[in-house]
Amino acid sequence: MGHNLAAFLYLIASICFIMALKGLSSPESSRAGNTFGMAGMLIAVLTTAASLELGSFPMIIAGVVVGGGIGTFIARKIQMTALPQLVAAFHSLVGLAAVLVAAAAFYAPEDYGIGTVGDIHAGSLIEMGLGIAVGGITFTGSIIAFAKLQALMSGAPLVFPGQHYLNGALGILIVLLIIWLIFGQTVVAFWLLVAVSLALGFLLILPIGGADMPVVVSMLNSYSGWAACGIGFTLSNSLLIVTGALVGSSGAILSYIMCKGMNRSIINVIAGGFGTDTSTAGAAKAAVDRPVKSGSAEDAAFLMKNASSVIIVPGYGMAVAQAQHALREMADILKKDGVKISYAIHPVAGRMPGHMNVLLAEANVPYDEVFELEDINREFSSSDVAFVIGANDVTNPAAKTDPKSPIYGMPILDVENAKTVLFVKRSMASGYAGVDNELFFRDNTMMLFGDAKKMCENIVKALG
Amino acid sequence: MDPATLTEKAVDLANQAKALANQAADLAAQAAQLGGPATQHQPFIALFTVFVLACFVGYHVVWRVTPALHSPLMAVTNAISSVIIVGALIAAGTGKFQFSEIMGFVAITLASVNIFGGFLVTHRMLSMFKKKSK
Repeated sequence: MGHNLAAFLYLIASICFIMALKGLSSPESSRAGNTFGMAGMLIAVLTTAASLELGSFPMIIAGVVVGGGIGTFIARKIQMTALPQLVAAFHSLVGLAAVLVAAAAFYAPEDYGIGTVGDIHAGSLIEMGLGIAVGGITFTGSIIAFAKLQALMSGAPLVFPGQHYLNGALGILIVLLIIWLIFGQTVVAFWLLVAVSLALGFLLILPIGGADMPVVVSMLNSYSGWAACGIGFTLSNSLLIVTGALVGSSGAILSYIMCKGMNRSIINVIAGGFGTDTSTAGAAKAAVDRPVKSGSAEDAAFLMKNASSVIIVPGYGMAVAQAQHALREMADILKKDGVKISYAIHPVAGRMPGHMNVLLAEANVPYDEVFELEDINREFSSSDVAFVIGANDVTNPAAKTDPKSPIYGMPILDVENAKTVLFVKRSMASGYAGVDNELFFRDNTMMLFGDAKKMCENIVKALG
Repeated sequence: MDPATLTEKAVDLANQAKALANQAADLAAQAAQLGGPATQHQPFIALFTVFVLACFVGYHVVWRVTPALHSPLMAVTNAISSVIIVGALIAAGTGKFQFSEIMGFVAITLASVNIFGGFLVTHRMLSMFKKKSK
């Protein structure tokens, strides 16, 4: 295949990838978008394969079949609630692949036309160094994010004195190693760079708490893109550069949206140490002396049945309890009784961007009943019941009223404006940010203590 | 703002983004031609031009993604970032069997997990998003 033809086909693949992202602007066009993405990948792989030695095809096909089989198996079996950790695990693979490709290019530069062993173009080495650094950080960082999301390790931030200095020192070390790699071109510099990048990836994500994972996952998404970009520059491949830039900017924008949803700067999130893990934050801080009104499933059923509109506010607790199906069943019965049901999603609800939307979609909730914060916030004042299931901090009015609160300034869902607020919660434990929610003690609030899924099932029974 | 002007604005923005994307694609095409053969070493500035334009395209396209589809967005970007398999294929496809080829082979396997897994899980997610059945 001629070089110009190959470049042209790579261009078509790039456009396919752009179309894949463009399709996601609405659910109707999104499926076609995904098909464009697959087509782009197929074109890219076939175009590259056309210029390879025939003798290596058995090995390549074996790799694709084994990897593809594993990927297909995982993607079919995965529970939708486990999506965040799946995405984190996938990011780590991209990071590692980037490092391996860099290694291949370093040991056999002539295959890529970037020089010969010991005499690789300086430009390619800079980009290779950056690709390794970002790829390495993505690899180990994603592993930590995966472990935290999968609860293989505590979601609590792991902080120790001098942490930021150590990370800073490692960052500088990476720069020095890249310089050594360029001028020395030695194997030692190469592998040291790999090792330090891997170590930095671990250390960067350790101090970040469980509920900040939406930002971390988006950030690693972005890194995996930049790593591909770095490799693209090394190999002078515009397809890799375009794709890497698309993915990189996508992840960066998602990180920005998530940070804005928490009113925190990206630096503040990366510095870590914020909050505790919701599952380990014991009920120790439970309201000792303040009375709350707690109700039963029957009370909740009665209230909602007689309401004319109910807004449901799902949070991470719903995902943990896998309550989305029971919740939809409850909503269906209410809808039959003429109650208007809508869902309100906070940008940082759950453990990855858009997590709640996917879970509700899985439970067959039509997406035109699901609204983003700014679209629905005004509706609370005209609704009879706000049904908060597994969310806490995102409804806390302290974010508006208490400048001393750690969540001050964070946009919240104004559930307090509804006539009645129902909170489905396991205990009085405070949310991720470790702050008490004033709402629990209000007169128009009723607490429904129990597992989110059980509570919904009991309400369904009471309604029936 | 009433819904009518909002939609109007949205349509306007969409058209602008589309025009931008088309422009950028054209420019990218030109840049690719200027850059010449795909595997030859291209001048840094040509690659850098492609990079910056792609960032702009990414920026505009991603801001238009509806927040409800942010999870599929992550999954699909994850899948397409595995285009790094192109680099792995070149490493593994020399017909020799040395260190680089092994690295390439492992990278092909890893990237394949991602490509198949990523697109499939995106498909699964997207096929769940349905409108009201009435």
